[in-house]
This record gives sequence, structure tokens and C-alpha cells, in this order.
Amino acid sequence: MNPAVNAPPQRLHVREILGRSDYAMIGELVDPSTRVLDLGCGEGELLGWLAANKAVQARGIEISGTRVQRAIARGVSVYQGDIDQGLADYPDHAFDYVILSQTLQETRQPLKVLREMLRVGRRAIVAFPNFGHWSVRWAHLASGRAPRTKLFPYEWYDSPNIHFLTIHDFEALASLERWVVERRIFLAGHRSVRLLPNLMAAEAVFLFRK
Amino acid sequence: MMNSFVIVETQLVPFESLSLDCGVALAPVEVAYETYGELNRDRNNAILILHAFTGDAHAAGISHETGKPGWWDNSIGPGKAFDTEKYFVVCANILGGCRGTTGPGSRNPATGCPYAMSFPSVTVADMVRLQKMLIDHLGIRRLLAVTGGSMGGMLALEWAVSYPETVAAAIPIAATARHSAMQIAFNETGRQAIMADPDWNEGDYYGRKPPGRGLAVARMVGHITYMSDDSMREKFGRKLREKDRPGFDFSGEFEVESYLRYRGTQFVDRFDANSYLYITKAMDYFDLGAGYPTLAASLERAAARFLVISFTSDWLYPSYQSLEIVNALRSRNRDVAYCELPSNYGHDAFLVDVAEQSDLIRGFLASTFRGQSPA
Repeated sequence: MNPAVNAPPQRLHVREILGRSDYAMIGELVDPSTRVLDLGCGEGELLGWLAANKAVQARGIEISGTRVQRAIARGVSVYQGDIDQGLADYPDHAFDYVILSQTLQETRQPLKVLREMLRVGRRAIVAFPNFGHWSVRWAHLASGRAPRTKLFPYEWYDSPNIHFLTIHDFEALASLERWVVERRIFLAGHRSVRLLPNLMAAEAVFLFRK
Repeated sequence: MMNSFVIVETQLVPFESLSLDCGVALAPVEVAYETYGELNRDRNNAILILHAFTGDAHAAGISHETGKPGWWDNSIGPGKAFDTEKYFVVCANILGGCRGTTGPGSRNPATGCPYAMSFPSVTVADMVRLQKMLIDHLGIRRLLAVTGGSMGGMLALEWAVSYPETVAAAIPIAATARHSAMQIAFNETGRQAIMADPDWNEGDYYGRKPPGRGLAVARMVGHITYMSDDSMREKFGRKLREKDRPGFDFSGEFEVESYLRYRGTQFVDRFDANSYLYITKAMDYFDLGAGYPTLAASLERAAARFLVISFTSDWLYPSYQSLEIVNALRSRNRDVAYCELPSNYGHDAFLVDVAEQSDLIRGFLASTFRGQSPA
């Protein structure tokens, strides 16, 4: 028997535990007792939390060896590999959710990754920093250089981000691919944004399916 | 972390008979084993340690007989990776070995003499079948984990596929689902070194001078494959022993030469040449996917969680072989964690470079134990 089933519900504490607002939102989007794959799962913080509090069957892929070590040491089944290729071995619909948090802009072939996510998972959850945020627009306009902001803190030459997208860009791709967006959540810090999200939201979380 | 000062004794248990893959029944058959820690009331904390090719049942603690620590004493004991305060740990010498369990050096009851080359051919599956008899004998219905490095990892895989209902978790380390041509080639070189020694005498040397020179050369070759270019450069470099310039002779003047000679001769005292032949052959024959359409189809039988570990500098059992196992498991949506650990120690890393490996094992075992129902 999985001990997590008996764990008291802690949904409201997810923010304090994880300290990342996108994790908090994802934690609330995932139904209990489901199969979850987290791409670029880091040290398995989100998966560990989901396993303990929502009794999910948690799996992860992570490229960094030290992070994989910490994730496995915390009891999460993580596979050391890269997202661009790592999904190929999974059968269709092996998972209920495939999560990609803050990594879409770092993948070489984002569309291929997104399609693969919807092949191996029934639903996909994607969280990404919004390149359309006013601070980014302003930094670019005012300095005339590649924008450096709180959201995108890197110099152009050492940034892991290689594909920049805004909330509108993602919406456009979703309709082009005929994906059904079931939930869209826009965030500025811990605050939810309703007005002009493409300008005001720092991060976006999409829950979608084919 | 506590050092283990626990004195342990290898025990022997006889079984009436064991039917082998080659069609022969071996009777009787004896197993040498050691245990550490206590089996809990639910009998769900047992871990079976599977030794590598030349290992034995003495995995941890201090041997009552020799005063020496076990071969994985850095990983088994109170507070260690396999924490004997929480788990009941069992290690048994493999079938065909020469450290207590029945092998070619054992007495054939039909003739009263050692089997030698009349010993039947044994397989990894045979070894596992005999271990299952031991586990049943110890009253263990379900193993929390089966684990081992190198050949021990191959046995762990065989366990998970042969007895899915018995194995909750498997940790194959620096292992493979089947030997490559290169691995078979190194084993064959070792076998030929033994068989080329006139003292081998078609395997009939018991009570006489054993084929020590051949066995030592076999061990030297083996030992090279267990290290890495880096670790050898670090340990020996081109250093000469007790002199500054070459003596233009063949006295073993390079550090690495004398080291290998020493390891070779030392090995002869503790290992039987015929066991070397039988066990390397069993390794070479091993193919987890044989008899199935694919490797994935065979691994699909396993119900265990898997933790697969490989090492960056291990060129004898390279990471691609571990990945083959991992990807087969992933293709059947099995629970598998995989990590390639950085180490310079080559294939030997699982024995000597254990800090990070221990963290992985500790976490993996704890989460398996938490998720396990009482047996």
C-alpha cells in the first residue's frame, strides 16, 4: 500500500513547500493517483511533493548528473537523459500528465518536444517565462540590446534560452496544432493575472491535450 | 558512520538436488552464505547481495576465519548504503564458485574425486535458481531488493525476470543484459591463459600443482579491464620500482608490472582455475533477452522497481549497456531510475568509489521500503 494515500491533504501548503509559483500551480492542476512524467525535473522537488501528497506515480527526466543523484536519493525515479531525445522510448499514453516547467525555451526543437509530450501523455502541462512581459519589452526598447530582466537574467552569449516565446505565441501554436487548452494560468510572482496577460504576466502555465 | 567490527562466519546449507539448464541434475549441492542484520517480523526487509565474478559470500563484517573485512564492507553495515540496522542482508557464493558453494573443485559423490571438468556447465539462471532455494530456506518470501555489480548485476536482472513475484526492487550496477564481443574476448583470453598452462592438465590438477601461472595471467588481464586509463596513470604512471632508470631486463620494473604480478599471484591462492573457466563461460552465455522477441519483452516480466547505475570511466561494462536495460524498461513503462556516476576508477568504481552510489541506494531502498506492503 502506498503510504502517500494516507497522507493528509496539504494542497494549500504547496506554495510554502515548493517556493515556486509555477510548481504551486502545477501541484494544483494534477489529479491524485495519476501517472506523471516531469521533464527537466531538477532534483525531483515537484515529483517528490506530488508522490507524497497526491499519490502520483512519479517519473522524471533530467540531464544534470548531480541533480539526478539528488532526485534518486530523495526516492524519485529519475532517468538521466536529455528531453530532446529522451521521450522516444516511452510508449504512447504512458502517462496522464507530462510536465515541462521552465524548460521549453531551452529545448532545441520545442514543437517536436511538445508533440512528443502529447504522444506519451494524455495531457501536457507547460510552464514558461513570458517573453512578452512589459519588463522585457521595455528593456529591449530602452537599451536596444538583448533584454536582460529578472525573468531573463542572462547575457545573450551565456543564456540557456534558445527559443523565446510569449503567451500569444503559445496560444497561436496551440490553435495551429488544434490542441485543446483546458486551463491557462497567468502569474506575476504568486499573484494571478487576469488583465492583459501577455503584457502583465511573468509566467504562464498551460494545461492542454490533443 | 560506524566501522564494522562485527565478526561473521560463512555458513553452509545443503540441498538435495538442483536441475540445471544443461539438462543435468546436480546432487547434492551446497551453498555458502553470510547474513547481516535481522529479518523483521513482516519479513519484508531482506536484501540479497550478488557478488561479482571472483567474489564470495563474505560481503561485510570481519571474517571469523581470516580476520579480513568483506568485499563490500564499505557499503553494507550500520548506517551504510545497505543499512543493517534496517535491513536483513544476505550474500551467497555462486554456483560453480570455489568459496564454499558447490563447484568444479567439489567432490563428486559418484567418484569420490573432485568434479574438475566433469562438472556440468552452469548458467546465470542456474545460479539464481540455487539462490532462490536458499532464500526459501531462510523463510524469506519476498526480497526488498536484489543487487550487485558487474556479474552480480547480471544475476540481479535474472532474479527480477525469473522471480517477479519475489523481487520488489533490483539494483544492477555496472552490468549488462548480455556480454558484448569485447567482453567475451577478454574472458576467452583468460580461459586460454589457464588452459595453456601445462599444470592445468585438462582440469585435473586437484591435489597437485594448480595452473598458477595461467591463472595469474588471466587475472592480470582481468585486472586491467577493471581499471581505467586515468586511474592507472594516476596510480602508476611510468614509475619504476626502487630505481630511477631502466635496467634493460624483464624483472617487472615498472610499478604497474609488479602490481599486476602481485595481484595475479595473490589471486592464485584464493581462486580455483576451473571455477574461472565455468563462471566466465556462464557470463558469456548470459543473454537476458534470449528466448524472447526483444530484451524489453523479457524485462516486461519483471515487476520490480529498478535503479540502474553505471560509471563514466567503466569501459568494460560501458554505460550504453546500462542504457539498453533502462530504455527497454522505459519502453514498457516500468519504474526505473538511472544515473551515470562520475568516477575515474573504471569498472572497479562500484567497489571502491561508493559515496555517491551509497546516496542513490539509500534513497531508492528507503522509498521502496516505504511503498512495500507487509509480506
